[in-house]
Amino acid sequence: MHGTSIIELYVFVLAGFVGFQIITKVPALLHTPLMSATNAISAISLVGSLVAAGSDQNRVATWLGFVAVTAATINVVGGFLITDRMLKMFRHGGKPGAPAGRPGASPPPPSTAGGRP
Amino acid sequence: MSAAELFTQASYLAASVLFILGLRSLTKPDSARRGMQQAALGMLLAIVGTLTKHEIVDYKFIVAGLAIGSAIGYPLGMFVPMTAMPQRIAISHMFGALAATLVGIAEFYTLGNGVQVTHATMAALGFEVMFGALTITGSFMAFGKLQEFLPGVPVTFKGQNAVNALLFAVTLGLFVWLVYQPATPWAFYLMCVLGLFVGVSLVLPIGGADMPVVISLLNSYAGLASAATGFAINNEVLIIAGALDGASGFILSMVMSKAMNRSFGNILFGAFGKPVEKTAKTATGLSVKPISAEDAAIQLGYARSVIVVPGYGMAVAQAQHAVRDLADLIEKNGGEVKYAIHPVAGRMPGHMNVLLAEANIPYDKLKEMEEINGEFSQADVALVIGANDVVNPAARNDKSSPIYGMPILNVDQAKSIIVMKRSMNPGFAGIENELFYDDKTSMLFGDAKSSLEKLVAEVKANAAA
Repeated sequence: MHGTSIIELYVFVLAGFVGFQIITKVPALLHTPLMSATNAISAISLVGSLVAAGSDQNRVATWLGFVAVTAATINVVGGFLITDRMLKMFRHGGKPGAPAGRPGASPPPPSTAGGRP
Repeated sequence: MSAAELFTQASYLAASVLFILGLRSLTKPDSARRGMQQAALGMLLAIVGTLTKHEIVDYKFIVAGLAIGSAIGYPLGMFVPMTAMPQRIAISHMFGALAATLVGIAEFYTLGNGVQVTHATMAALGFEVMFGALTITGSFMAFGKLQEFLPGVPVTFKGQNAVNALLFAVTLGLFVWLVYQPATPWAFYLMCVLGLFVGVSLVLPIGGADMPVVISLLNSYAGLASAATGFAINNEVLIIAGALDGASGFILSMVMSKAMNRSFGNILFGAFGKPVEKTAKTATGLSVKPISAEDAAIQLGYARSVIVVPGYGMAVAQAQHAVRDLADLIEKNGGEVKYAIHPVAGRMPGHMNVLLAEANIPYDKLKEMEEINGEFSQADVALVIGANDVVNPAARNDKSSPIYGMPILNVDQAKSIIVMKRSMNPGFAGIENELFYDDKTSMLFGDAKSSLEKLVAEVKANAAA
């Protein structure tokens, strides 16, 4: 086992600790957005897919990479959008100015959360 | 390190920090949205940072993949109804695992079908592909059960646990062999295929009510597969994001199984999976008290304090907006309405909160179990909407019940109880609920949404009269 693997193991374990510390503090109220958020974040595997799809190694890698890019992009775009859609519904009481209409078909949010290049 | 390489690494570092800050923002509902938007920005940075890498020479497939993925992802993000959130999340675990697995296979193939793979890299690749493959099919099965094109009831057959154990042992054996001997392509590809079967056999015997745990667990697996990808291709941001996702899924699974008073093993190899042989307490000789919408409306019209207990039935009937209408009327009459959310109400962690928030109910009225359980004794009416096992007093006082020991909402302590239910069929656990036979309980039969709409009309009419 060479040096970088050890360092990577450190990174993994420490990131796991950070995750554990933070996520135990997320209230049950937001557990669904938490799940969609972590799902969107872990779609960072897109980064690996991009390299596989674009580095022209061989045909197999390119095609597998292409499918992987597609799948990961679905999660990046869909994941961040749906998390944003959920989070904007959570509002504090005592603000009677909230819209009276039903937000069933809410207007699209500013597309800041797209995450698409 | 060249300037381009430096830029890439800097973008990864920034993304890692923004991801962690984004998740931290989820500890408070008011800061959460902004935090997650920053995390999305981090993702964008990492993507741009990767696209400038010198290894990337051909952008055709990248652009095509990004375009198709966005075209599918956008509607999945914008138009899927909140009631369908459990299956939406389940299918996204499949996409995440699919990406990780395919990257793993591409890497193995590119490195001479394993010839140039070191033992350490093989351990990462093997882990990635094994967990990835089982998450792909496991998530798809969960999706099918939640979307109801696969049977939601546990599918079991004789010797199932033995078959599963064997399947799992062989898959694990291949993994160990590969780490020892990376240049064995047949073992690698066989392991992929067996991993797919493991996923199917893992989720097949699990019933609808146990879905919160399964989804959380698959969330964790998808994260671990991503982290393993990071090890395999030496990419730290993948390791960090994967570790965060893995930790999150693991914590949620723990919370869920604690809320059901069951262990992981118990859920995966299921006591609930088998049909309940000893029906704890049967309902023979007991009778329920049905109530009409008119009478229920009168009761609610006079109530000073009402606690609403939502369950899966509310999600199925899409009744959250009707709940809000009723609550508005009660509040207009001077009553107070709170919501008691059991951790495993619904089909995924936190699902009820999202639905009620969608109906514009302020989140400070959504109370967690520990917070509200002391308040039931002062409540005039507890209104149970499509919840069953989470309000079953048998969990407290019937040692022979399969749900004995599970923490429940103390609905039975309320001064009166109205239960909305489609019929007298027992819940997913197949257990009779003695709450329904309580003297204080009235049953309002029918679809939750239409019952609530009738209640709203009646309460309105009474208030006007």
